[in-house]
Formats: sequence, C-alpha cells, structure tokens
Amino acid sequence: MLEWLGTIIQGVLLGGLYALFAAGLSLIFGIMRLVNLAHGDLIVLAAFAILSLATWLGFDPFLATLLAMPAMFAAGFALQHVLLNRALGRDLLPPLLVTFGLSIIIQNGLLEAFTADSRRLRLGAIETASIELGGNLAIGVMPLLTLGSAIAVVLLLNLLFYRTALGRAFRATSDDLEIAQLMGIDHHRIYSIAMGIAMVVATIAALYLGIRANFDPTIGPARLIYAFEAVIIGGLGSLWGTLAGGVIIGLAQTVGAKLNPEWQILAGHIAFLVVVVLRPRGLFPRAED
Amino acid sequence: MRPPILETRGLTAHYGDFQALYGIDTVIAPGETIAIIGANGAGKSSYLKAITGLIRAKPDSVRFEDKPIGALGAANILKLGIAMVPEGRRLFSSLTVEENLLIGSYGRDVVGIWSLDSIYGLFPALKERRAAPSHTLSGGEQQMTAIGRALMSNPRVLLCDEISLGLAPIVIRNIYDAMPRIKQSGTSMILVEQDIAQAMKVADRVYCFQEGRVSLSGRPKELTREQVHLAYFGH
Amino acid sequence: MTNGDVNQLIELAQYRIETKTRASAILALGGVALVLIFAVLPVFAGRGLIQDLIFVFYMLALAQCWNLLAGYAGLDSVGQQAFVGLGGYLLFALTIGAGIDPIAAVVLSGLIAAVFAVPTAFVVFRLRGPYFAIGSWVVAEVYRLVFAQFKQLGGGTGTSLPPSATNEIFGIEWVKAMFEVRSPAARDIITYWIALALAAGAPLLVYLVLRSRYGLALSAIRDSEATAESAGVDSFRTKLGVYVLVAAATGMIGALIYLQKARISPDAAFSVLDWSAYVIFIVVIGGVGTIEGPIIGVIVFYALQRYLADFGTWYLILLGALAISIMLFARKGIWGYVAQRYRVALFPVRRMLVRPHA
Repeated sequence: MLEWLGTIIQGVLLGGLYALFAAGLSLIFGIMRLVNLAHGDLIVLAAFAILSLATWLGFDPFLATLLAMPAMFAAGFALQHVLLNRALGRDLLPPLLVTFGLSIIIQNGLLEAFTADSRRLRLGAIETASIELGGNLAIGVMPLLTLGSAIAVVLLLNLLFYRTALGRAFRATSDDLEIAQLMGIDHHRIYSIAMGIAMVVATIAALYLGIRANFDPTIGPARLIYAFEAVIIGGLGSLWGTLAGGVIIGLAQTVGAKLNPEWQILAGHIAFLVVVVLRPRGLFPRAED
Repeated sequence: MRPPILETRGLTAHYGDFQALYGIDTVIAPGETIAIIGANGAGKSSYLKAITGLIRAKPDSVRFEDKPIGALGAANILKLGIAMVPEGRRLFSSLTVEENLLIGSYGRDVVGIWSLDSIYGLFPALKERRAAPSHTLSGGEQQMTAIGRALMSNPRVLLCDEISLGLAPIVIRNIYDAMPRIKQSGTSMILVEQDIAQAMKVADRVYCFQEGRVSLSGRPKELTREQVHLAYFGH
Repeated sequence: MTNGDVNQLIELAQYRIETKTRASAILALGGVALVLIFAVLPVFAGRGLIQDLIFVFYMLALAQCWNLLAGYAGLDSVGQQAFVGLGGYLLFALTIGAGIDPIAAVVLSGLIAAVFAVPTAFVVFRLRGPYFAIGSWVVAEVYRLVFAQFKQLGGGTGTSLPPSATNEIFGIEWVKAMFEVRSPAARDIITYWIALALAAGAPLLVYLVLRSRYGLALSAIRDSEATAESAGVDSFRTKLGVYVLVAAATGMIGALIYLQKARISPDAAFSVLDWSAYVIFIVVIGGVGTIEGPIIGVIVFYALQRYLADFGTWYLILLGALAISIMLFARKGIWGYVAQRYRVALFPVRRMLVRPHA
C-alpha cells in the first residue's frame, strides 16, 4: 500500500517537470494558437545557455539561470518578431513547417557548437538529497523543488494574466484577434512579448531538466510530445489545466512503470487518449475556440 | 463651415474578387452625428471596416483631420481616435464587463470625459454586473458594454455598426437614450443602422447606401419617406 | 416568364463543366510515356540507381497520400507513420508467418491497415486542427510502443526478413532469366516495379478522387465544414472514407518499404521524422493542395539528400533553413508559386464553367 503511495508521489512530482515543460507551450498556444515544434529544442538551447554561463563565469546553475532568463527573453522576442510573426496566419501548416525547420537548425547548431556529448548541470549534494517521510517513504528535494517551481510559475503567470493590463491584452488577443486589433492592440508586439515570457519559463524548465538528467543537443523532441499532451489535456488557455495535465501524464507514466517498466511511456499516451476522447477540448478550456 | 473631421473620397472596397463599395463620398463635421442606412449588402459594414482599417483602402480615400489614413492598420486607427462598436457586439468572452471596458483604453490611454466611473454613470446597469463574465450578459447589456468599451478610448469619432440588431425595442430605446450624452461630449458619430426611425431621430445628417453607392444624402427633416424608400430599395 | 428569361435559360443550358485544359491533355500522354520509360529502366540502370529510384517512388507515393489527407481533406495528420509501420510489420508477419507471396502480402497489408484505420479514426476524429495533429502523432506512438512489445516480431530491436521469405517472390525466375541477374538484384527489380506502380498509382488515385463527387465534397469540407454539412455533405463519413483509403495506400507503401529494406524495428518503422516530417516537408515545399507539388518536392528532397547528405549537420541546417525560407516567401510552395504566376495546371481538378463559343 505504502509502495503505491510512493508511486503516486513520484508521479505527481514527475508531473511538475512535465508541467514546467508544458507551461511555455501553453502560453504560446493559448495566445497565438502556435504549435511550436521547436519548443523542446528551445528548452535544450536554454540548458546549454545555463551550462555555458555556469562554466565561463563559475556560477552555480541557479545563478546562471537567473542570468540566462533575460537573455532568453530577448531571444524569444527576437525570434517571434523576425520569424514567427510572419509565419502565423489562418493555416496550420506554415508555422508547423517553420518551427520544424527551426527545431532542426537548433539541434544541429548545438551539435556543431557543443558536440553530441552528454552534459549535466551540477549542483552538488542537493541533487540527490531527499526528505524522509517515514515508513520507507522519501521525496527527492529536487523533484519537490521542480513541482514547487511549476506551481510558482503558474501562479505568477496567472497573476500576470488576470491582474495586469498586459494580461488583459493577452486574453483579449487570444479571444478575438480581429477585435483586439480594433481596440488598438498591436498583436505582433503582444506575440513577441508572449514568446519572450515563454522562453523565460523554458529556461526554468531547462534548469530542472539539466539537473535531473543528462542532456545533449538531440533530446528536445522526445520531451515535446509530453508537453503537448499536458497542454491539450489541460485545455486551451488554462495554466492550472496545463499543470493538471502534466500531473496526469506524470502519474500515468509512473503507475504504468510500476506495473511493468516497459509500459511507462505507453501508459502516459493511453491516459492522454482516454482524456481526449472523453473531453476533446481538454479538462478546463478557458475560452471558446 | 468647419473643416470635416472625417471624410471619404471615392472610397472603394473589395473582398477578393467581389467589390462592395464603388466610390463613396462622405463628410462628417466635428461633433456631427451621421446615420448610414441601407439594405443588407448595401455596403454599410464594409464602409465602416474600410475606415477602421479592417479592410485595406487607398491612403487618400479616407482622411482624418485632413490627413490620409486609408492604408493604416486597425490598431493605428484606434490610436488616432477613431473607435468602433462592432456589429454583433464582439465582446471578449473570457473577460468580465469591467475588463472589457478597461481594454478599451489599452490601445489609447488619454485623459478625457470617459472613464470607468462616467461610463457606469451612462449605463448604470453595467455597474451592477461589472464582475460578470461577458458571455453571461443579456443582449442589451452586451451592447452597452461594447459601446462603453469603445468610449473608454475617448475617441474623436465613434462608429456604431448596427447596435440595434437583435435587441427588443425597449432595449434599443434605452441605449439610444444615452446618445445625447455622447453627443454632448463632442464626439462625432457615424451610426450604421437598420432601424431607420431611430437613426433619423438622433442623426444630424443621413446617407443612404444602395449596392455600394451613395443613393441619397441630406438632413432627416428634409427627406420624405418616398425619397428614402426609393434610395433604400432602388425602386 | 418573359422572352428575355427564356433566352437566358437557353443560354445557361449550353454551359458545360469542364476540367480538361490543353496542357493537361498533352501531359497525360507524357505521363504515360514517362511511366513506360521508367518501367523498362532496369534494362539499362545499375542497382544503385534502381535503389535510389525506389526511394524516390515511395516518398512520392507517401507525399501524394498525405497531400490528399491534409491538402484536400483538411486532415493535418502527423501520425501517418502508424500505417507505414503497420504495413511493414504486416508484410513481415504475412511473409514469414504465413508464407504468403510478398507481392500479395503488400496488397493484403494495405487492406488490413485499412481495417485498423477505422477504430483509429474514431479516436482521432474527436479532435480538431492542431489537437488532431498532435493526437494522431500520439496514436502513432502508441502503435510503436505496442509493436515493440511483440517478441515474435523482434520486440524493441526488430527483426530481419530472411531470404527464404522473399526468394519465392512471384516472377523472380522470369526476371532472373530476362535480366541475367541473381536473386538479390532480381528482388530489387520486382520491388522497383511495385514502387513504380505505387508512385504512378498514387497521383492517379488522388486525381480520380478529386474529380469525383467525393472530391467536391472534400473541397467543401476543407473550406468550411459547417457550410458543407448544411449543404447535405456527411462530413464524418466523407472524412472517414478518405482516412481509410489513405491508410490502405500508406499501408501498402509501408509494406513495400520494408520489403526493400528487409529489416524492421519499431523505432524505424514508426519514425515520425522519416515518415511524417520529411513527407510533410516534401508536400509543403512542393505545394500543398496540388497534385504537382509533391512531385516537385520529392525531386528537391532527393537532390538535397543525394548530394548534400555527406555534410551531416550542415545539410540538415540547410534543410531547416529551406523549410523556413519557403514558408516565409512562397507559402504555397514551389509549384504553388509557379502555378499562380503562370496560371498552369498539369493535373487540373478545378471545375471550370465553360461558356459556349458564340
């Protein structure tokens, strides 16, 4: 029984990581309906940025992440401004192909710059530290921090969305692009800001990714599908929904792995399909489509 | 004669291969209220869309304070001080009433007569529902919110596209009762209306559109019913 | 009814609906000639060229299928690799397990894949737009993970096609004698002909579907599903029909691919990169929603692969840059751009109202 409790806790904690991956994606998809196939690779890019800063400046990864965040914001803003704003429109395919091209370029660019060697972000003892819960149950400190960060990110983003003028502009643009323009909202600028924020969130995700496991330039796409699943299960425009989605995927994977290690990923996908067949628009869709 | 605040010269509009307007000439003096009437498909909405930048037009075919604005995009037009109450209300569905009003001043935040307080004064019913999600409102309340949203930008020119559409007569009357207050604030207005009677009551001048062309213009008092009928229907 | 009205009616009755253009008639003949030339190519061509062409043919066939699905039916699927892999595994199962002749197995794989497509459709059709794209990808992943469980077919590492399964392929003796080659080369030649048949058949199939009333329904659905339904189109059944048809074709192509490769593994057979990303690249670069587009696209893709693949990461960066540039500057693809500028159509599917010559 206790074993199962441990499994569930592990699942929820894993969900925190997936939610972090998915949060940036949810933001972009919710506001501009962009399916960003390069999102996973952008997270990996951020991880390498953190690694570089940490190595060159001798900082620990947390500090390096803080430094990387404004840089990644600028990179996201520029990317949207120069490239992605031009690709967006009514068609689904052009942005799909552009972000696919971007994904290839980032992966191979990183390969050229950093080689295919596996990397890790080092934090020291805290990496493997855990909190005893009694009765053989222990929670890793890092996974707990990851979930905590995911919740904090969602809280902050919701604060932005619901308590600021910019957030209102985000929601209005997402609801009705044409009328938002009529209200004087420069939607291209809004999109660029949104992408910048998404990159900041991706940087946070990159920190926890890099501490938890080895990374190399090619692992981006593998995580991407879990992020998409979390966003879709959660529902359009709901960040809490994305968090819930991440937790559901994480739980499904962990429970599946407990039954049979080979079933881990399959279990996650089955959970996604079940939710999506029962609720095609996700669990907590905020807006009409 | 004061120079017009807004005028269109030979305004044409196309949707792909389909031409909706064939050279519209209109003039609005500062503080005037103009009504545009006409049957469905006459081009009234296209006219407003061309002015607000939702449809592309030649730069010189729309002039605001004697400057060509025809080619500007919608966001820039709003910043100049031309605001629209769109057909069908089109409130932002995930925003509350108050948030819908507030977004009105996001693109153009100038000090003026219109603020949250004065709009709630204009439409007291909205104050009670300020925190309600906009999709829970009645048609009349939605229309008031849409008008308030446009007013929040303290526009020089207010465009209203079919604000009586789908509303009960008493609700329409309620809304039109607010028009004098808006006029008083010095805002020029263009009202596109199906409800001819209501439009003629508040307007200083009327244009009638028929199949993309101006078929009649003049002061409401000077136009006979037969003239209007002919201009509206074409026969 | 006035005299004028009657005259108008008479004039209307003389209008015809036509899809032929002069260019298309010429090209129809040219196309047949081209197929014949390709058919006799093994007489002159070396094994290397034959194998290259097999690749070109099956990529073209896959591209035409995806184009029908996405470009015409509006079903932007990122999960067609499910049917490629399914077809491949079915081929292996039928030839190794049931000893069926490989050529028959290719056809059978397609038919069985169509059966799988029905329940799959019921799941993915619950979703729209980008959700449908991701959902179809997830479904393909499920296929991959499930097949990785089957130890009989090699599990996660896969398995090979033993020569015994394909040595008895129908016609191999005739080919060996005719071309004076041994079994492996003869197998390649037969595989080549199957690939040619699929590559020629796919565009033809798409063309026939689009010219039929079915195709008209598809265009209507793609443009506006709600409007189409109000006009009496049963959009679910129409989309289901296309989805199943394309799944059958894709299954056959998958069977052919793995007949040629003779080695299969879940990661390769259900690869989203090889059987979706590159296929979508080919279609969109060439011009989505046109039959000519994928032909252009596959030529570009093949040329890039053949001559630049040695450059490793830089080749891929170039590929990515090309995808981005074309989407930014020629959104309708190379053929779309050409067709618009020069008003050509080799495979005319638009219905034109033709006025009677006065």
